Amino acid sequence: MIDAVRPAVFAPNWPARLAWLGLFAYAIYAASILDFTWDRFVTGLGQGARFVARMFPPDTDPEKMRLMARGLYESLEIAVIASVLGIVLSLPIGLLAARNLMPAWLTWPIRLFIALCRSFHQVIIAIVFVKAVGFGALAGILALTVASIGFVAKLFAEAIEEISLKQVEAVRATGAPFMSVVMFGVMPQVLTRFVGFATYQFDSNLRNSTMVGIVGAGGIGGTMFAAFQKFDYDYLLTILLAIIAVIMLSEALQNWIKKLYQ
Amino acid sequence: MRDAPQQSAGAALQIRGLSKEYRRGVPVLHDVDLDVASSGITAIIGPSGTGKSTLIRCINRLVEPTTGAILFRGVDLTRLRRRDLRAARRRIGMVFQEYNLVERLTVMENVMCGRLGYISSFKAWLRRYPRSEIENAFDLLEMVGLTEHANRRADALSGGQRQRVGIARAVMQEPELLLADEPTSSLDPKTSVEIMELMVEIGQRRQIPVIVNIHNVPLARRFATDVVGMSGGRIVYRGPPDGLTDDQLKQIYGGENWLE
Amino acid sequence: MTTSGIDREWRRYTRGERLARFALYFGIVAACVVSLRTVQVIPEFLYDAPEQVADLLKRMWPIEWAFYRRGVHDALIETLHIATLGTILAILMAIPLGVLAARNIVPFAAVNYFAKLLLVSSRSVNSLVWALLFVAIFGPGALAGTMAIAFRSIGFVGKLFGEALEETRPGPIEALRAAGAPALSIFLKGYWPQVVPAFWAIALFRWDISVRESAVLGLVGAGGIGMAIDTAMNLFQWERVALMLAAIFAVVVIAELAVTYIRKRII
Repeated sequence: MIDAVRPAVFAPNWPARLAWLGLFAYAIYAASILDFTWDRFVTGLGQGARFVARMFPPDTDPEKMRLMARGLYESLEIAVIASVLGIVLSLPIGLLAARNLMPAWLTWPIRLFIALCRSFHQVIIAIVFVKAVGFGALAGILALTVASIGFVAKLFAEAIEEISLKQVEAVRATGAPFMSVVMFGVMPQVLTRFVGFATYQFDSNLRNSTMVGIVGAGGIGGTMFAAFQKFDYDYLLTILLAIIAVIMLSEALQNWIKKLYQ
Repeated sequence: MRDAPQQSAGAALQIRGLSKEYRRGVPVLHDVDLDVASSGITAIIGPSGTGKSTLIRCINRLVEPTTGAILFRGVDLTRLRRRDLRAARRRIGMVFQEYNLVERLTVMENVMCGRLGYISSFKAWLRRYPRSEIENAFDLLEMVGLTEHANRRADALSGGQRQRVGIARAVMQEPELLLADEPTSSLDPKTSVEIMELMVEIGQRRQIPVIVNIHNVPLARRFATDVVGMSGGRIVYRGPPDGLTDDQLKQIYGGENWLE
Repeated sequence: MTTSGIDREWRRYTRGERLARFALYFGIVAACVVSLRTVQVIPEFLYDAPEQVADLLKRMWPIEWAFYRRGVHDALIETLHIATLGTILAILMAIPLGVLAARNIVPFAAVNYFAKLLLVSSRSVNSLVWALLFVAIFGPGALAGTMAIAFRSIGFVGKLFGEALEETRPGPIEALRAAGAPALSIFLKGYWPQVVPAFWAIALFRWDISVRESAVLGLVGAGGIGMAIDTAMNLFQWERVALMLAAIFAVVVIAELAVTYIRKRII
């Protein structure tokens, strides 16, 4: 009986170990660069405790609640309009960006446009629109629409690029016009995923709409920032809790929609 | 060599009054009594859903029995609590139908998982296994014919090879009892025979009892020293494989069409 | 056997489903209409908008590249540190929460629920709002920003990590239990190897998003390039603003390339 050669086992994985070590070293380095000292942290904890204490109990003054409700409602409006507008626009834009359906001279500029829409944080886009069209909901709507296009159009284009072209070919072979080819060859394959993107984006817009108000683009963000600056921390807590509740509801709604479209 | 089953006094495993109800009032196992001798292959046969898998999983309590006692080397397994249960489990090796290997780990890592009941989590994480245990692992791999695959990922192997790794892992525990839940059901006929031969060899070398769930009756007849036939959650046959007549098989499985 | 009782009409969805779908479409359209009617948008501003945007873009050109060395570079590096350190902290805190939220590892519903509640709360509060809170606690600067990114990311990482854990195959876990392995070993050798690819994908994904988010935290005083943007905007120095936006764009693109590269290497 010949003894097979026994390979070495559990050899230390040096690249992985170095990477972990590097990560650890970086964390220490970054912490020191950012001036994380222990005292700052401890003082901060004390401050934090005091801060949290001032937030409880949440303010339930009826006048303030009405103000908050209006702010939330405006955020909801912004989210709905921006989502619908963004999603509707993303359909053609995403379609035009699909490299397996469209020629290169068309897909490249469109993809660049989509990338631009995505690169900037919604807040930055919101600020730009506030400077352009003034304070209020319009800036928020435009900002979130742009952000929606950046996300939904990109994923939509990627989903189209992953479909089986055979089905598209089959529809084309029947002599159908282009829109029919899209509707019956492309869409059925990507519809479920598209619904997933759309619901995700609505949820994202809802979260962000509560925030663009901080820079003046409408919605409850403005109310919240005002409360913050006035040191009205218990009111701030009420607003935060309300926002969390709205988002949880929206998540539940999302799950329901996804089940419906499975 | 097919010996008659041993007397109770020499039994390694004694099951008394074992019942299991997954849903109240719907028992899957009815008051099962069983003695397993301290050597030889015991094959449990019977149709699907008759409680074979439940029975075998009650032994190492992957499934919790509803009532009954399971005495292994004098200790009632059903009464054990966490640490003692783990100590008992590491003396019982198990081989699974779907191999149950950790796909992304190497063959050697999977085999060494058999020692997890014996070393601390910390050492296991750092892979600081004693040299002697690694040598044992290699010996096992040699026995199952997989030495050159030691550093390959488990998901790169064929079904038969994976089952061998599963067997090596179980034997790595230095078990006093080997359980196998349909170990050949996912394998082709030739590989099935090889795996059964391997388990017979292990049972003989280590002088430990082997209990195998199997639905392939010819395989059971060929390799078992002792056959347990189950039907409807009860044992309806207990004896040597040659005592298994067609009538009894009909009683166990019902229907005639499947008999050759 | 007769066939008279079989409904021969071809329907894609059951009546209940169709009703629900219709309700959904109707709901969306209704929400849209209601919103459009009640949202306070001054029409003049709307018509003015393209012109205003064009005017703003004109003022941003030419980009003041020279300002980079002096005013932008350090802030940009600080932004990257905030994003990376914040993500690392978040991962450290999110792993235990993700484990607690996974039904197959911790089968106590109350614990799962509580962990999931924490994770949802972390996600629901925007990073900018977290930044505000931490500026109030720690004072302005990068510490507040890092904590904000960390706390915001916990929910994201924890939720996806918990879901990855719940999707692991139960077979290998059963085998390790049967071998008498202690709980920690079962986690290290049974669960962890199965979720490693997902873990790195989640971590990289979150880092990428955090880079974007860190850039704006400075607007509320939490450090990074956001503070420079805020100053420049208040002084109407649009060419500098344009420079900073371009710098952010470049960093985001580089981050995405880095993430794609790392993903190919380790997953």
